[in-house]
Order: sequence, then structure tokens, then C-alpha cells
Amino acid sequence: MNPLAPSRVTRSVIGVLVGAFFAIPLLATLLYTVRMPDGTYSLARWAGLFDPGMAATLKPIWTGLGNSLLLAIITVAIVLLILAPTMILVNLRFPKLRPAFEFAALLPISIPAIVLVVGLAPIYLQIGRTLGTGAWTLAFAYGITVLPFAYRSIQASIDAVDMRTLAEAARSLGAGWPTVVLKVLAPNLRQGLLAASLISVAVVLGEFTIASLLNRQVFQTAMVVVQKQDGYLPAIFTLLALLFCFVLLLVIGRAARGTRKARS
Amino acid sequence: MTLPRTAENALLAEAGEGTRVQLQQIVKSYAGNTVLHGVDLDIAPGEFVSLLGPSGCGKTTLLRVLAGLEIADDGAVLLGGRDVSRVPTNKRDIGMVFQSYSLFPHLRVVDNTAFGLRRRGVSKADAAKRSLDALALVGLADFADRLPHQLSGGQQQRVALARALVTEPKVLLLDEPLSALDAKVRVQLRDEIRRIQLRLGITTVFVTHDQEEALAVSDRIAVMNSGRIEQIGSPEQLYTTPATADVAAFVGLSSVVAGVAEGDHVTVWGQRLPLQAPADGPVDVFIRPENVRFAGEADAATDALVEESTFLGSVRRTLVRTESGELVRLQHSPGIRPVFGDRVRIALVPEPVAVHPRG
Repeated sequence: MNPLAPSRVTRSVIGVLVGAFFAIPLLATLLYTVRMPDGTYSLARWAGLFDPGMAATLKPIWTGLGNSLLLAIITVAIVLLILAPTMILVNLRFPKLRPAFEFAALLPISIPAIVLVVGLAPIYLQIGRTLGTGAWTLAFAYGITVLPFAYRSIQASIDAVDMRTLAEAARSLGAGWPTVVLKVLAPNLRQGLLAASLISVAVVLGEFTIASLLNRQVFQTAMVVVQKQDGYLPAIFTLLALLFCFVLLLVIGRAARGTRKARS
Repeated sequence: MTLPRTAENALLAEAGEGTRVQLQQIVKSYAGNTVLHGVDLDIAPGEFVSLLGPSGCGKTTLLRVLAGLEIADDGAVLLGGRDVSRVPTNKRDIGMVFQSYSLFPHLRVVDNTAFGLRRRGVSKADAAKRSLDALALVGLADFADRLPHQLSGGQQQRVALARALVTEPKVLLLDEPLSALDAKVRVQLRDEIRRIQLRLGITTVFVTHDQEEALAVSDRIAVMNSGRIEQIGSPEQLYTTPATADVAAFVGLSSVVAGVAEGDHVTVWGQRLPLQAPADGPVDVFIRPENVRFAGEADAATDALVEESTFLGSVRRTLVRTESGELVRLQHSPGIRPVFGDRVRIALVPEPVAVHPRG
């Protein structure tokens, strides 16, 4: 055992403190949604989600959720079909470009969303004229905002695989580039591609500023609208969204374990 | 090695005569640094040729040009008489084994082996059958369902060899496939590669920096240095008649000492040695370690100081510096144990020697 490692007690204390840091706000939000004005507890507000009488109130949320899920799909497609192949190309054929590419990919994380919107507004004016003002067009902006997260996830997988040798071995066996990417590289970058996709979904579901300032209705903007009519519904949907993201993280973890097992 | 148990092994049934490989005036540069200076190499069908040389001599680059993984700046690559210089790797019909384990980690051994066949449109069932034949050839038929990480390094390279052979390529390219393996496995696999190559009659190019490996398996060896082939010939030719001091030093660890040739003999340290070929005037004499011995005071010989001495099991190899400053390597009985700084007297065994004009 590593003599510098913290003791079991220390580890337990750290675990409990960190767990409490995350759990207390969630529990408080849950209590807020189930506690009635008379001090009793009830799941009535949760059951209200299925109440036909609430349909009009909930409509913006369902519309926003639908838009956000569509945006998530398009954004993931951008990550998998544009970013990932570009990264493979840069790493295999143009490794000298990697530092510049990395800098460009990580740049959006240092630019506040509000600044990004100021730059994107005139572009979206043109997009609105040519492609319409559908919420899906936000995917172009989201493709930029998820870039740093997706880049890091995919690059970590690329660094763990001897991509060049695998590609050359496949080429020597008669495989063309599409086969090399789809049948040899992608399965070995699975963990990174999956993590990039799921993180992109999480980022898209949680994004508010760009959608709000560009006047598109998504999940987060809809919650603000609904909050004005019912303060409990956004809390319920926030918990559901967090639960969804938690499940996504579990899926990533499972996939990661599977990949590590295969490589060990 | 486990050879296939049945006579139906598709690989053996279709063993061919091999393909002629020609590299003509290959030039390759990286950022202004020329690593191949117009290399010519003509390999006969079914021949096993090794590219031998120190790190950075251009041997792997030459192999990669042959494979199509690098495009030559100038020159031509011909396979079976057809110019494939501009043909991409995947259409050259080659088989290649790499230095690092190049099996696809997500595919089972049998699927790895079948990969090339599937790319050529062979049905899944037929590809599986032929893959098992190829795995039998390398003694790994029982490992077909395993994943690469469940195999040892030597087994992985065997699978890589089976994968490269199963498509019956025109030429088999081996890029230091043994260098990541431990010594015992390296010798086993080396001999196995040679046996399989002889059985299949496939033209093979083998890159190595290990002279013993090259001497053991090759029909011919091309010794490379600074982007050029210094000498090409059979292992015996290279060993007995090196053309240059670099070849002499690299193959057989020969020492180079000064001598004066007169017709059929050369004088070194006052000793007359027969020449392999007549020469005259000042020459470099290539002396193999086994042809240098410790001498008594009465012998015609020279004095030297021991620089280092290495125990190699059945023999000991000692490096000495003569009075004239020449470094000479001796191979002798392990019972004699010279140490650094010892003053010794050395003489030459009167075997015919190779020389090269001095200067």
C-alpha cells in the first residue's frame, strides 16, 4: 500500500463531505417539490406532470425539451461526423497542426457565452434568412460550445491508441480510408467518442444563454417561462434533467470499464 | 512450430513462386534532409532479403516506400514488373508485420486474421476457414477465439504474421517484427518465419538492425548506411568479404587495421597474412574477432591495452587498443579474463583476409 495515501478514515471523511456537497442541494430541491404548504409531504406535484389540466402550462417545456433533444442529436452528429474525423486526420496525417488545432478547439471554453452571442448574432441573421429561425439552427453554435469538452474526450482516447500503426496495418491488409476509420479506429476510440457524445448531450440540455439571447426556445428557456406560472415545475424538471445526466455518466463509466478491460 | 495437420491447408496448397520486387533509384527526403539517396534493389521471386543497418540508416523508410506508406520523391517501385509507385498501400497486395503489436484490439484473433480476406470480398465462412489454416501455420489455431490482449507478445506477432500471409500477398514485409520480443522467443519466431517463408515461397523483405538475425534467415543481406546500400550479398559474402569498413564493423564485428599489401599477401604488425584478392599498397585490413588471438612474447605480434572484456557464455569478447591506437576486437576462451588496463600481446590467425585501399 502506498504510504503516502490517505488513511481509510480520511478517505471516508472526504467522500462524505464531497457527497454532501452534491447531495444537499439536490435533496433540498427534492424536498421543495414534495413539501406542501401545510408541512406535509406529497408527490402530488410530480403526479401533476401527467395531469391533462397542466398540459397548457407544461407545453413550453415539452416543446423546449423536444427542441433540445433535436439539438443534442445534431450536435452529436457534428461531433462524430466532423470533429472526430478531423481529429483523426490531424493526428494521422498532419501531426504538426495538432497544437494549433488544439488551441482552436479549446478556445470556446475561455470565451463567455454572452461574448460568443455578440459574435454569432450577425451570423444568425444570415442563417435566419437562408435556413429559417428553427431552434435546430442553434446546433451550429452548440457545435462550437461543446468543442473543448468533445475534443478533450476524443483526444484522450486517441493518445491511448497507437492509431498510426493500426491504420497502417489495416491499409496494408487492403482497407481503404473509410474502412480504416469505421472498422478499425472508431471501435478503438469508442470510449472517447461515447464520452464526447454524452457530454455534448449534457451541455446542450443545460445551455441557456445562447438560446435565450438568440430567441430560440429550448429546455432551459422553457423552464424560465414556466417558472413564472409554477415555481415547482422547473425544480422537478431540473431534478429529472440531472437524473438523466447522471444516467449518462453511468453509461460512460460502464463503457470506459469495458474498453479498459479489453485493453488490459 | 505446429504445422497444419491436414493436407487441405489453403495457404500451402496455393504456395506460389513469389514475385520479383524492384526498387529503382529511390530518393526520399524529409524537410530537406535526404534519407534515401537513389537506392537500387532487385529482389528475385521467392527470395528472402534483409535490410540491415544501424538506426537512422534508412532501412525502414525504404521498406515503407515499398509498402506505399511513404511516397518516394523520385524513383520507381515495381512488383512483378508493374510500376506501383503511385498505387496506394491498400491496392499493392502486400502483407506487412510491424515492430509494435499491430493487432486490432477489438477483434478476436480469427477476425484479425480474416480482416484482409474480408476486404478482398471473401465470404465470412471462407475467410474464417482460411484464417484458421493460417493460424495453424503459425501454431495458433487453438487461440482463434481469444482477444489480442490475451496473448503473449510472441503469440501476437505470430498472429500478425498469419494475418499478413493469409491474403497470399505478392510480397511479405517485416519491419523489425522481433525487436519487441525477449531473446528466446525472438530466436524461435525468427526460425519460424524463415521456415514458413521457404514453404510458401513468398518474396520477403526483412528490416533488422540485428546482424545475427539477418545472417540466420536471409538469402541475401543489403547492408545500409546513411541512406545508401553499402553492400548486398549472401550472408557468407558479407561476413568473409566486407566491401567497406562500415559493413565489416556491422557484420561480424570486424576490426579495421592498417596494413601494406603486396600481391597475394598483406603485412600487419609484422605478420604476413594471405589475401582473398590480390592488392598492392597501403590498405585497410578487415579482421574478424575470431581471427585475433593472445600471443606469446616470441610471436610476431603487437602490444595492446585492454579497454573492455565481455563474458558471452561460451566465449569472451575483449576490446584492446594497439600501440598504434587501433581498436581491435578478440574472441577467445572464457577462461582467460583480461581486465581494463591489462597489457597484452595479440597476433593474427593466418586466414585469408579482405582489404580495402586506404584513404
